[in-house]
Amino acid sequence: MLDYAISIRYMFAGYAVILVVLAAYIGSLFIRWVNLKRDLQALEEPDKYELPRKLSA
Amino acid sequence: MEPQPVALKVLNTLSILFFLGALGMVFLYAPLEVTMNYVQKIFYFHTANAWVGMLGFLAAAVAGFIYLVDHDLKWDIIEVAAIEISLVFFLIAILSGSIWARPSWGTYWTWEPRLTTAAILEMVYIACLLLRQGIDDPDRRARFSAVYTLIGSISVPITFLSIRLFRTIHPVLIGSGSASAQGSFDMTPKMLVTLFFTLGTFSVIFVTLFWHRIRLGQLSQLVDQRKLEE
Repeated sequence: MLDYAISIRYMFAGYAVILVVLAAYIGSLFIRWVNLKRDLQALEEPDKYELPRKLSA
Repeated sequence: MEPQPVALKVLNTLSILFFLGALGMVFLYAPLEVTMNYVQKIFYFHTANAWVGMLGFLAAAVAGFIYLVDHDLKWDIIEVAAIEISLVFFLIAILSGSIWARPSWGTYWTWEPRLTTAAILEMVYIACLLLRQGIDDPDRRARFSAVYTLIGSISVPITFLSIRLFRTIHPVLIGSGSASAQGSFDMTPKMLVTLFFTLGTFSVIFVTLFWHRIRLGQLSQLVDQRKLEE
């Protein structure tokens, strides 16, 4: 029989990996969505994005 | 791009509720296994992730086949979405399995048939996504990907059946496995209920993420079209 302390440690490590990978993927989906939305907005309303660029130049 | 449909919002909520329910069942409802005790609880999520991972790879093959028949790029978007999500779920299955293996088998990794075929399966589909990047023409890219995915899908049944066909130390949950399997255990009715609930939960999460990823692919296609119109 496995030692309880060791067994609990591996169980938490397993679930931590599962949660971290899943959360990272959901986060990547969200970030990519936000970036694409911003790109689309910039392409559809170029004037709005041109002005700050001209000012900074 | 249209806002999220009501059905997708319902799926979002259901995914969160089922996920919390699955965690509750694993930690509060399912009994402790006698030999491996706590670490055995990894197997519920490990199995569920492997299940949806394989399901997604098969869904990608179906989408690839339909693309080859009707040449509509929407099937390419669906195929890539299925591959990407399945890679994530299958990676989780491999990593969680390795962590379970350390106290059960005494090693994180061993080149036995199930682990080897699972690693090959994961690499086959990672290669698919990488190779796609090298093709600029969308139709050629989709055609290559469809053929690749169809051929690659052969590795799914090989991986699934490896523990039943070859001499392996990987345990078989349902049915009889190899005599050399290490870490096998008899499931009680409560364990079975928890396992099926977790399988159902991850199926719902898969559908939800699949839908989100398809929408992301459609948005990316729209941005590319706008860029070409510029």
